[in-house]
Amino acid sequence: MADLTSNFLGITSPNPFWLASAPPTDKEYNVRRAYEAGWGGVVWKTLGEDGPPVVNVSGPRYGAIFGPDRRLMGLNNIELITDRSLDINLEEITRVKRDYPDHALIVSLMVPYDEGAWKEILDKVEATNADGVELNFGCPHGMAERGMGSAVGQVPEYVEQITRWVKKHYARPCIVKLTPNITNILGPAEAAKRGGADAVSLINTINSITSVNLDAMCPEPMIDGMGTHGGYCGPAVKPIAMNMVAEIARNPETAGLPISGIGGVTTWRDAAEFMALGAGNVQVCTAAMTYGFKVVQEMISGLSQWMDEKGHKSTADFVGLAVPKVTDWQNLNLDYVTKAEINQELCIKCGRCYAACEDTSHQAIEMGEDRVFTVKDDECVACNLCVNVCPVEGCITMRELKPGEVDERTGMTIPEDKRTWLQHPNNPGADPLACIVRGQ
Amino acid sequence: MSQNANANGVQAGRLAPDQYAANFTDLHPPLSDHEALVGADRCYFCHDAPCMEACPTTIDVPLFIRQIATGTPEAAARTILSQNILGGMCARVCPTETLCEEVCVRMTAEEQPVEIGRLQRYATDRLMGQSAQPFERAEATGKRIAVVGAGPAGLSAAHRLAMYGHEVTLFDSRPKAGGLNEFGIAAYKSTDDFAAREVAWLLGIGGITLKLGQALGNGLNLDVLSKDFDAVFLGVGLSDTNQLGIDGEALEGVVDAVDWIAELRQSEDLSALPIGRRVVVIGGGMTAIDAAVQAKLLGAESVTLAYRRGRTDMPASKYEQDLAASKGVCIVTHATPVAIHGEDAVSSIEFQRTGSDERFTLMADQVMKAIGQKLGDAMGLETDGRKIAVDGTGRTSRAGIWAGGDCASGGDDLTVTAVAEGRDAAEDIHMTLMAEG
Repeated sequence: MADLTSNFLGITSPNPFWLASAPPTDKEYNVRRAYEAGWGGVVWKTLGEDGPPVVNVSGPRYGAIFGPDRRLMGLNNIELITDRSLDINLEEITRVKRDYPDHALIVSLMVPYDEGAWKEILDKVEATNADGVELNFGCPHGMAERGMGSAVGQVPEYVEQITRWVKKHYARPCIVKLTPNITNILGPAEAAKRGGADAVSLINTINSITSVNLDAMCPEPMIDGMGTHGGYCGPAVKPIAMNMVAEIARNPETAGLPISGIGGVTTWRDAAEFMALGAGNVQVCTAAMTYGFKVVQEMISGLSQWMDEKGHKSTADFVGLAVPKVTDWQNLNLDYVTKAEINQELCIKCGRCYAACEDTSHQAIEMGEDRVFTVKDDECVACNLCVNVCPVEGCITMRELKPGEVDERTGMTIPEDKRTWLQHPNNPGADPLACIVRGQ
Repeated sequence: MSQNANANGVQAGRLAPDQYAANFTDLHPPLSDHEALVGADRCYFCHDAPCMEACPTTIDVPLFIRQIATGTPEAAARTILSQNILGGMCARVCPTETLCEEVCVRMTAEEQPVEIGRLQRYATDRLMGQSAQPFERAEATGKRIAVVGAGPAGLSAAHRLAMYGHEVTLFDSRPKAGGLNEFGIAAYKSTDDFAAREVAWLLGIGGITLKLGQALGNGLNLDVLSKDFDAVFLGVGLSDTNQLGIDGEALEGVVDAVDWIAELRQSEDLSALPIGRRVVVIGGGMTAIDAAVQAKLLGAESVTLAYRRGRTDMPASKYEQDLAASKGVCIVTHATPVAIHGEDAVSSIEFQRTGSDERFTLMADQVMKAIGQKLGDAMGLETDGRKIAVDGTGRTSRAGIWAGGDCASGGDDLTVTAVAEGRDAAEDIHMTLMAEG
């Protein structure tokens, strides 16, 4: 059986599934239960500087987006960092780390932009014997208004400076948690690296309003008749998170910088996907908040089974394997042609493929007698929309045309070689030689 | 246990008093809000949906289910009712397993259809529970139309005609409107006096004058109606029942299932309604099933449904057969009744095994005949088979007279079909009268 033991920045944990800094990791009680349930590591909910703790709202803290059957697809929150005293948190961290030496325990931190403030809290964290720190440069609500969280993460110079201070005053690994609320994730990622970060973790939550109460005419969650934007997370944000992870993994300036992947990880497969795109491990929150800590058992068994099937001995074996396949659009082969195919045995005749294609795409599906749906190869541009709207998995597939076959839509014979936009005759900036060689 | 439980003969009060209400409660309880949302989520919103095609009234099923799923069951109800003003009753009595739900693509996918009937009930119950019928009358046209028969076809026609601003007089021979909704149909499909409540709600549109206790042939005839009204719609149903034509048919205890069900439906106190200890129901259609199941629910010790052909030949759906079996009805097939025996009252019924010489006898103190209904008087109109001949829009052989529902040719004898035919005839009457000016 595959060995799920994870080594991230020299920090070992029984598996690569860590709980992200969030309500599930706010206190000793939860964290002990999480470890007992099987979580490999925990990033303790963000600590702030000493003094009166922050105050949370006592109305609803979460908003939600649902899929069919009220599946929680996205969650937003307006909770702040820990609202318990620094001393209590530190005591608990010390105890938990003492009792669970083989599990990862990272402490998330957020203090003002001041070297003295960072040194003070780092010294205290160091004393707990925790495995490392994560700098919360991502929280998009509340704390950002006070010049912390994403207000720092959106300014690469601040990211770099604080990271430098942390590396100067703290000997253990430093992970910089990035905010997605920025146009280009590479700016803060590169800044973190310049500042000496051992790793980045991403994404933090996304600025969001999940719903509007149409009776009260107020965004939700509603606090005494008013609402504010919150941080969005859960399955719905996974695509955004994975793109940002991949961008960092394939960017020459940041390639090789360890990444802890966060954002909608709900199943073992999500975790494997993040890791294939370069994440050394993953952090989970919404799945645990939705289903409880037990959900990690499926993640463990699923990843283990998949690794056995693929012959991966350790998680390090497949980290980053998909990164070389992530490229820019201009490098895609424009002579690659596929056609949709509908398996009549599996088809339940709902006609959604037809409606989607006929109304919104290329009129490439025919509705025959007795609701038999077939693809018109001479119209199909292979957009894949029919595959995505079909309710039966595997019913519609894309067949790859082999070299020598003719695309009935364009009349083009599929060539042996590739042609990207860079060589395409329609591209004014294309290499003319490439066109001539192909006789165009 | 009641002391009459196993008494011979036709006796009232076979059950403990509290058992009646339990036995005759809703066959399918209404969906809760949660169940409705979960059920609605299963709909795929099919293109050119098969369920819609399969509905005789062509209700836009995917649209109304999506309206439920998005929190607007009232809008869903309007979608239903605009096609079928008796959508509430149809949600309860339609054999959905042979109509919309049979063709649901989820049947192909999982053999478990979207529960269209129950979702339809959810939506219509919601709207009917909170407001009057949602349609407004157009400006008065001054046209007067007679609708004869206040069953599903007549009610549907009357409502549509009233909506167009016509003045409708709705005649019915019985003391209450509703037709088979009120006097037929198993009680557990239309609980809490729903049929009467639905009629009252429907009449809320205005412009419909109800005249009860007025049967054709009793001072009322087509000549008079044609003279007094601009158009006539007949939705008189099938007033006669088929007879067995065997010895002993006149014995006490031999009843028409249709009459017996009407008596049951109008009974104020089911514990006072007599039922046999051993009941035999002859027939294989919905009426036979409804009679047999209700006989069992009233406390008959044994109920046998005897049908002259095989299970697959029965007009009642497999679902209905299974329902009967689940209630303890014994279904005997290939049994042709040859004689009913008894002194004054029936004591047994003798059958021949269809297609053979074998004979067998079942003990019975009550025999219910459910071997089909037929048209009474065709009133001089041309007939097709044994029904009033009509074209696709309900026109009979006589100008100015339309017909629909069970009395008219074409379509199955279903509530929903009657509603569709009444509605379509009303559309044609409206177009015809408006063209005449």
